Amino acid sequence: MSTFTESAATALQLIASLDPELLTIVGRSLGVSASACAMACALGLVLGAWLGVARFAGRDAVLTVLNTLLAVPSVVVGLVVYLLLSRSGPLGDLGWLFDFPAMVLAQSLLVLPVATALTRQVIEDAEREHGEQLRSLGAGTGLRSLLLTWDERYALLTVLMASFGRAISEVGAVMIVGGNIDGFTRVITTAIALETSKGDLPLALALGLILLGVVLLLNAGIALLRRWRERVEGRGQGISLSVEALA
Amino acid sequence: MSAILPPRGTLASEGGRAASLAAAAFVFRLQSAGISFGTRHALREVTLAIAPGEVVALVGANGSGKSTLLRLLHGLLQPTAGQLLVDEAARQAMLFQRPFMLRTSARNNVALALWLRGTPWADAKTLALVALQRVGLAGQAAQPARTLSGGQQQRMALARAWALRPDVLLLDEPTASLDPHAKREVEQLIAEFSVGQGRARPVTLVFASHNLGQVKRLASRVIYIEQGRVQADLPVREFFDAGRLQAVSPAAHLFVKGELV
Repeated sequence: MSTFTESAATALQLIASLDPELLTIVGRSLGVSASACAMACALGLVLGAWLGVARFAGRDAVLTVLNTLLAVPSVVVGLVVYLLLSRSGPLGDLGWLFDFPAMVLAQSLLVLPVATALTRQVIEDAEREHGEQLRSLGAGTGLRSLLLTWDERYALLTVLMASFGRAISEVGAVMIVGGNIDGFTRVITTAIALETSKGDLPLALALGLILLGVVLLLNAGIALLRRWRERVEGRGQGISLSVEALA
Repeated sequence: MSAILPPRGTLASEGGRAASLAAAAFVFRLQSAGISFGTRHALREVTLAIAPGEVVALVGANGSGKSTLLRLLHGLLQPTAGQLLVDEAARQAMLFQRPFMLRTSARNNVALALWLRGTPWADAKTLALVALQRVGLAGQAAQPARTLSGGQQQRMALARAWALRPDVLLLDEPTASLDPHAKREVEQLIAEFSVGQGRARPVTLVFASHNLGQVKRLASRVIYIEQGRVQADLPVREFFDAGRLQAVSPAAHLFVKGELV
């Protein structure tokens, strides 16, 4: 049996048997990444929407920095958070290191530029298309950001999805600040890294397949929601952002 | 009660301010106004005045500067040269070729425009329904705006403009993308709008159009623009008098001939 077939069988077996260890790892992965994604997107949507509409001196420089942050390696973010939360660091008193909050913080910082940059792109396109008419109606910068964010809410679901995808698939940051402690801070990606180093490739691949399955289900759910709402409310002049466009 | 919009980065001159007081009989007055985007001149040396109650048509080829002039009058663009004097007491609204509708009901779209101008939301919703009734869309008030047909969307945009009770309505090719039936409906509403029934102030209309028949039916004055310059500015009857137009602007005459062929 090939490694892939064996992995798929192992994955199905693990899922079918509702393996408690697997469920804990998957649950923790979802918990950490969903929390990080919620925090980063809450801030990123506001920041990105404002950046998409506002015009100020130095905006280009801010956008260049933002786009650069998209490429920051997760291990670097992990290292920065580690230094912040380590006993001698400025946030050491919080006692978060090697715990759930440290992993959430690290992933939030990793995902924030993604949520901000993609939101900025969606809102800037919408502003270019419709901003003039909203200005004509009397909407200032803040109101235009809000109205366009609300109007592009289905396109922004894709931003949410991309942010979640970035969070749940990263390994470097959670490995450094979480420590991959069995039953405590082990998530899918750190478990895959561990099983690979141990040579248990079928289990590592099985975990990878489960990770893909989780992301696939979420993507499908959001795509269905978008299509349904667009059918009900009319597609009209909305700006859309596809995952393919992000790749 | 006029405001002077000076060229970007400069202050209005005292002379300009004095002129604004003398311009009370005008809704807009442009003095050698120009707009440049980098090295491209979208409008050059435009000098004209529009009085309350006038129905002015802007005609010209694509890219001639009609839309830029409308945007300048509406305050969406600032002059980069010359001066623009605006009667600030005159409320303005603008209708675009493809009106933007938020992803919500037609009624909410109209109410939003009122809310943005300071009307409380509950009152705005009531007034929005009245405005939609006026354009024959009361039955579609709860319908998502983006599911309306092109003609209905433009009528909804007219309702949105009408609800604001503007003294000046600027229209950028409002019927360009509509089928003949919807075109007639919207044009009829614009004509009704220009009458301004029961209003203390006459309504001023400035519209850009390629449809010379529509210009003939609606306008009292026609301004022909070519490459950002006003080439002819005539009462509608004189504009469609071939001999008179030929004498004023051969280019405008050629344009009209070409459009009518």
